Amino acid sequence: MKDNNHIEPILKIKDLKKSFGDNHVLNGFNLELFDGENLVVMGKSGSGKSVMIKCIVGLIQPDSGSVEIMGKDIMKLDHTELDFLRTEIGFLFQGSALYDSMTVRENLEFPLRIHKDKLKRKDELVLDALENVGLTHAIDLMPSELSGGMKRRIALARAIILHPKIIIYDEPTTGLDPITAKEIIELMREIQLKHGSSSLIITHDVDCARVISNRMILLIDGINYVEGTFKELLALKEKKVRAFFK
Amino acid sequence: MTNSVKIPSNIKTFFIEIGELSYFAGRFFKEVFSRPFEFKELLRQCYNIGNRSLLLVGVTGFILGLVFTLQSRPTLANLGVESWIPSMVSISIVREIGPVIIALICAGRISSGIGAELGSMRVTEQIDAMEVSGTNPFKYLVVTRIMATTLMVPLLIIFGDAIALFGSAIVENLKSDVSLVLYFNEVFNALKFTDIFPATIKTFFFGFAIGLVGSFKGYNCKKGTVGVGEASNTAVVYTSMLIFVIDFIAVFVFDIFFEI
Ligand SMILES: Nc1ncnc2c1ncn2[C@@H]1O[C@H](COP(=O)(O)OP(=O)(O)O)[C@@H](O)[C@H]1O
Ligand SMILES: [Mg+2]
Repeated sequence: MKDNNHIEPILKIKDLKKSFGDNHVLNGFNLELFDGENLVVMGKSGSGKSVMIKCIVGLIQPDSGSVEIMGKDIMKLDHTELDFLRTEIGFLFQGSALYDSMTVRENLEFPLRIHKDKLKRKDELVLDALENVGLTHAIDLMPSELSGGMKRRIALARAIILHPKIIIYDEPTTGLDPITAKEIIELMREIQLKHGSSSLIITHDVDCARVISNRMILLIDGINYVEGTFKELLALKEKKVRAFFK
Repeated sequence: MTNSVKIPSNIKTFFIEIGELSYFAGRFFKEVFSRPFEFKELLRQCYNIGNRSLLLVGVTGFILGLVFTLQSRPTLANLGVESWIPSMVSISIVREIGPVIIALICAGRISSGIGAELGSMRVTEQIDAMEVSGTNPFKYLVVTRIMATTLMVPLLIIFGDAIALFGSAIVENLKSDVSLVLYFNEVFNALKFTDIFPATIKTFFFGFAIGLVGSFKGYNCKKGTVGVGEASNTAVVYTSMLIFVIDFIAVFVFDIFFEI
């Protein structure tokens, strides 16, 4: 479970660099995610967390560095290969990113489009994913009819419908009230136990990090500044690190 | 930045935008012929566009025909050539006024709608979400919308022209007892192939421009809700300008071929 030098990571980021003009966002970021692990990356807002995970799925082209998913370098894949590799990754976006012209059912069916065999079983898969998040009754609603917490859960259902090996969460609890946030965290743990997936969780919510992380990385100044368990990082005296745990 | 620098930088931005728009159009032509074809989404867009603009185009067309006939009547009556009204009105409407006015209405309605819709999808990461779930968002969102406007705007213009002529016929019917049948007989006598064909061809370009600029602005929308408003707003301005440019080019080109 924990990081183990003999096992290959299923996600590996090496020396990732990305600038937007003069804004040097990532300056050589490294990360390894192992099978079954919950890795939390914390960083201030605007520190480049979203940019980093968008590089993983090829939404943003990094200036240099490499991203390997299950041993495949994503920069070297063609479009079709990349599309199929992307379906091994569930992605929960910061603001849920539900398609607001589609019903909940159509939202969940969308990721099945490129898997012809799964499309045949779509009703079953959609219901299964909705059951996981406890929202089967919302199947025919439009996103505008859902509360913030429900949206997040539907987005989570959409992210896991293909049973991905890796789930990436971009600030899963931001913008939610504390109780709903706790529910989402609980749900993330249930899903992880049920599917045995690995999670990369981006957050600046200390509570979320404490509950869910096996290991943590602090993203400061565009690099992986320190790594360790929650307790290890909590014990550090350095000012830049302390700032996260106030 | 001083004033003397600002003007050239605006001009520079303008040319960069034109370059980016051309690139965007190029990408459309590259992707429109490759699989998979999103027929279902195309039909949905066609329906949306038609449904959203039908009433607006109808009302505008009707008033256009009505007002145009009322305004030109006195002059022609003074010259004693009231009988020219059906042919004069129909030729002006079908060749020029109908297509341009209705295309401008569609720019306001459809182009801004597409700009705002795609813009908010960009800002809320819905476009990113499509991409990571293995669907090409350019194809699914942009290609279908541009095709839909290219097909639907010409139909809306034909519809608007017809309603405008109907409005004109009603004025004539009330003012000088010309029956609707007689009016439309006159109209069909007056309209020649060289009136209808070039005018119809250019409407496809109007439709293309409406979809292209709206999609371009929305798809490349900047972050923040301000970005969405700006995308929808500039989409209308650019499309309207482009409609006049296309109209000018069309008249120029068809003049060579048809000696109109
Ligand atoms: N597409 C982009 N173009 C220009 N700058 C960007 C873009 N995306 C992100 N940035 C910049 O990168 C920095 C990090 O952004 P982001 O990764 O979204 O922060 P966060 O850690 O809060 O998720 C910010 O300064 C942002 O302005
Ligand atoms: Mg972010």
